Amino acid sequence: METVKTQDIAINDLPWKIEYNAERCTLCGSCVATCTFKSIKVAVQSQSITISEKSQPEPEHRHIARAIIKQDASIANACRGCGMCERICPNNAIRPVRNPDERKALLSRDNGPIKRGGRTNLNAQRTLDHIIVGRISQMTDPSLDSQRHTFDIRAPFGRVLSPHELPFRVENGKLVMAKKTPPVDWVYPLIFSDMSIGALSTRAWEAVAMATAYLNEKCGLPVRMSSGEGGMPVKLLESEHLKYFIIQIASGHFGWNRIIKAMPHMVTDPGGILIKIGQGAKPGDGGLLPAAKVAEHVQAIRGVPKATLSSPPNHQGLYSIEESVQKMHLSLNAAFGFRVPVAIKCAASATSVSVYNNLLRDPYKICGGFFIDGIQGGTGAANEISLDHTGHPIVSKIRDCYLAAVKQGLQGQIPLFGGGGIGMTGNAAADAFKMICLGANGVFCGKILIQLLGCIGNEHGRCNSCNTGKCPMGICTQDPRLVKRLDIDRGAQKIVDYVLAFDAELRKLMAPIGNSSLPVGRSDALVSTDKSIADKLGIQYVC
Amino acid sequence: MCRIGSIKSKVPVHPSKALHLMLPQQEGHDNSGFAMVMQDLYGIFSDYKDKPLLSLACTQHGAELVEEYMDSHNFTQLAEWIPVPNKEPGLDIQAMPYYIFRNYDYPEYYNEKTQAEREDLLLDTRLALRKILEEAKEGFVYSFWPDVLTLKEIGDPRDIATYFRLWDDNGCLIAKNIVAQCRQNTNYDIVRYAAHPFFLQGYTLCANGENTFYTKNKEFQKSLHRGYIGFESDSQNFLYTLHYVLHELKWPLDYYKHVITPLPFEEIEKRPDKEILMAIRQSLAHLEINGPNTIIATLPDTRMITCCDSKKLRPVVVGRDDTMVAISSEVCGLNEIMPNRDMTQDIYPNEREVVVIDNELEVQRWKQ
Repeated sequence: METVKTQDIAINDLPWKIEYNAERCTLCGSCVATCTFKSIKVAVQSQSITISEKSQPEPEHRHIARAIIKQDASIANACRGCGMCERICPNNAIRPVRNPDERKALLSRDNGPIKRGGRTNLNAQRTLDHIIVGRISQMTDPSLDSQRHTFDIRAPFGRVLSPHELPFRVENGKLVMAKKTPPVDWVYPLIFSDMSIGALSTRAWEAVAMATAYLNEKCGLPVRMSSGEGGMPVKLLESEHLKYFIIQIASGHFGWNRIIKAMPHMVTDPGGILIKIGQGAKPGDGGLLPAAKVAEHVQAIRGVPKATLSSPPNHQGLYSIEESVQKMHLSLNAAFGFRVPVAIKCAASATSVSVYNNLLRDPYKICGGFFIDGIQGGTGAANEISLDHTGHPIVSKIRDCYLAAVKQGLQGQIPLFGGGGIGMTGNAAADAFKMICLGANGVFCGKILIQLLGCIGNEHGRCNSCNTGKCPMGICTQDPRLVKRLDIDRGAQKIVDYVLAFDAELRKLMAPIGNSSLPVGRSDALVSTDKSIADKLGIQYVC
Repeated sequence: MCRIGSIKSKVPVHPSKALHLMLPQQEGHDNSGFAMVMQDLYGIFSDYKDKPLLSLACTQHGAELVEEYMDSHNFTQLAEWIPVPNKEPGLDIQAMPYYIFRNYDYPEYYNEKTQAEREDLLLDTRLALRKILEEAKEGFVYSFWPDVLTLKEIGDPRDIATYFRLWDDNGCLIAKNIVAQCRQNTNYDIVRYAAHPFFLQGYTLCANGENTFYTKNKEFQKSLHRGYIGFESDSQNFLYTLHYVLHELKWPLDYYKHVITPLPFEEIEKRPDKEILMAIRQSLAHLEINGPNTIIATLPDTRMITCCDSKKLRPVVVGRDDTMVAISSEVCGLNEIMPNRDMTQDIYPNEREVVVIDNELEVQRWKQ
């Protein structure tokens, strides 16, 4: 018998245990080959078995050495529960099973803080599921017909002026524009959130980009996609499709060398610029791209060597919000001739209302959107402690910001976009609709896009290995062998189909409340079965 | 669902004409009240057309509070009409003790003031009186404006008319413009202020239907102007937006429809004035109206307009003869007061139309 020390890692300590049925296994080896985490291996096991091989029973007892599939008892190679082995096994001989008695969180800090990707696993509660669209048009007014009536499902993106600030002049009984106003585009209220080339495989990023272009050009939905902090392919920067993309600038300024060099060759303006101050999954932290994912093409786009790329927590050189508005907003507005909306993205925080107030009161009127990212947002890589223990839920934050604007009569002037957990249960349209009724002009989402591509990560500790470069689905990795697992055409199609269903579902929610335009701020359309949520959001409590 | 109606006439008409317009439409309303705004007055108010007229329903103490306020703010009373009610038994009316219609002269130091300053004074005075009466629970002030009279009461419209002797047609109370409606609020509490028509600085408005963007309209309007108060009814939103677009922003009337029922984005894109229409749609997004509704409004220059929601979910019809144009939720009202008109000339405005009737009774149809 081997000596067992209590400090040794046992399978029982790991979050997932491999359930293996040797009787069904044909030893084809597919599971071992497919496991990117090296969590299973081929081993030889001595077995004592009774067999009978003749036509009549002649049991015989044998000791044999037999090849089997065995789970590796190590933290580094711990099974993530991705289930690729189960998918690939022709005989259903193997699958991961969740281990309720796991001790991984306790045992895996030998090399510093735990890092992972995905969403928070601790604060995955769903406020939106306690809210119902409860003000239905019945008799006092008719519901609309979601299939026959026309609906205007658009959100402003850009700085909207107060009515009395509009530079109108009356000429011959008609209004004419006396001078230029800030650029505003009416976009689809679902924005594809910023996931960089680097965090995603180039192919996965391309699939999202293809879906974006298809939705715009074939479906007539002006969906915008944010590049993430990692630049964009030069070919795309110099193409007509650039108008569907919001280029992000984050604290590491990764990719901007190429963007600036491409500017003279741009044939159209980008759809917008997004200044990323923070993100909901890891507020107060900058972007993080582990060296394992900094492949050659990522080095080329970002102009960096192969190393872990940590963006600083702040934009260097900015020490106040006034500066942020004056320096970053003005310079980025100026860079594109004041023709392109420049918006800002912050992690939701107890201070979000103050930030929004500052932006609303800026005299230059150049902030074209406030993106607030809640604690349930996803990330490619972060410290687990940030993911699980820092951040702020998005629902009440959007409401607080909207009501702060209402108090000053400034609602709608800087469009509000909420993100972080939108579509977490797969029902993004319901989430978006409720956020809009609470005051958002639109929502942004990232995680559900990669889930549509095939990501199987969830908020219960499944996979969440986007940081390792070993994404079993070929989405969050730069390993060319893994990337081949992703069919980008089918992936893009999944996203397109989902957005088309999202659009139909939004109509299904707008019609019964009798609205043909988005009900931004129509909190009277919502009720809650939770008194504390109803009180906090200022909506009707029902039971 | 309520019914609304209005009359614009070359010859001043009695309120009974408006009642005859409204009563045939009884099936559509519950006879729970009567409210009207008369503009361009004749009869006993003929001599005071340029002097602000206060319309008030109150208790005796309320009347004292109002007098005290007006005296201390240097308004001089010029004329007064206090209806002597017919208190025959069995009338269905929840009458207030006093109804006062009183012309005042401006304080002397306002002789040199501009029209805008006078308008502000009248509004502020009405708001102050409303506050005083509301706090004391002693009455209601509906309008304070030259050449405008407002009457609102709870009860059966026929009985209300009997009570105020509106059937008598004695020439005392006549006007060239009357906007009327025959019920109290049915969605929410019955409050006299919730009964349309509503009046603000020369603008009168009546709305039939539902405004499902009430909350977002209200939240925005509250910060736009001190006169945008009350919000006892979702129909007030229509009036406040009309006032805001025309009186505050000073935009031409055409643009009101673009604010309350903006064109779909696809249609705006095809318009030569798309830049203006988009700017309006985005900056006044919170004044958009959704839901089924029709409005009738009178402007300070006494032009009358009507239009309906963007899907034409609520009807309205305009009929006319040589001396009168009437707007009504249902054609039966027109048939009652104008049986001999040419019905083929009746106009049923569509969802993208504004019908404007000028003081010569010329009817224009504007396409949005």
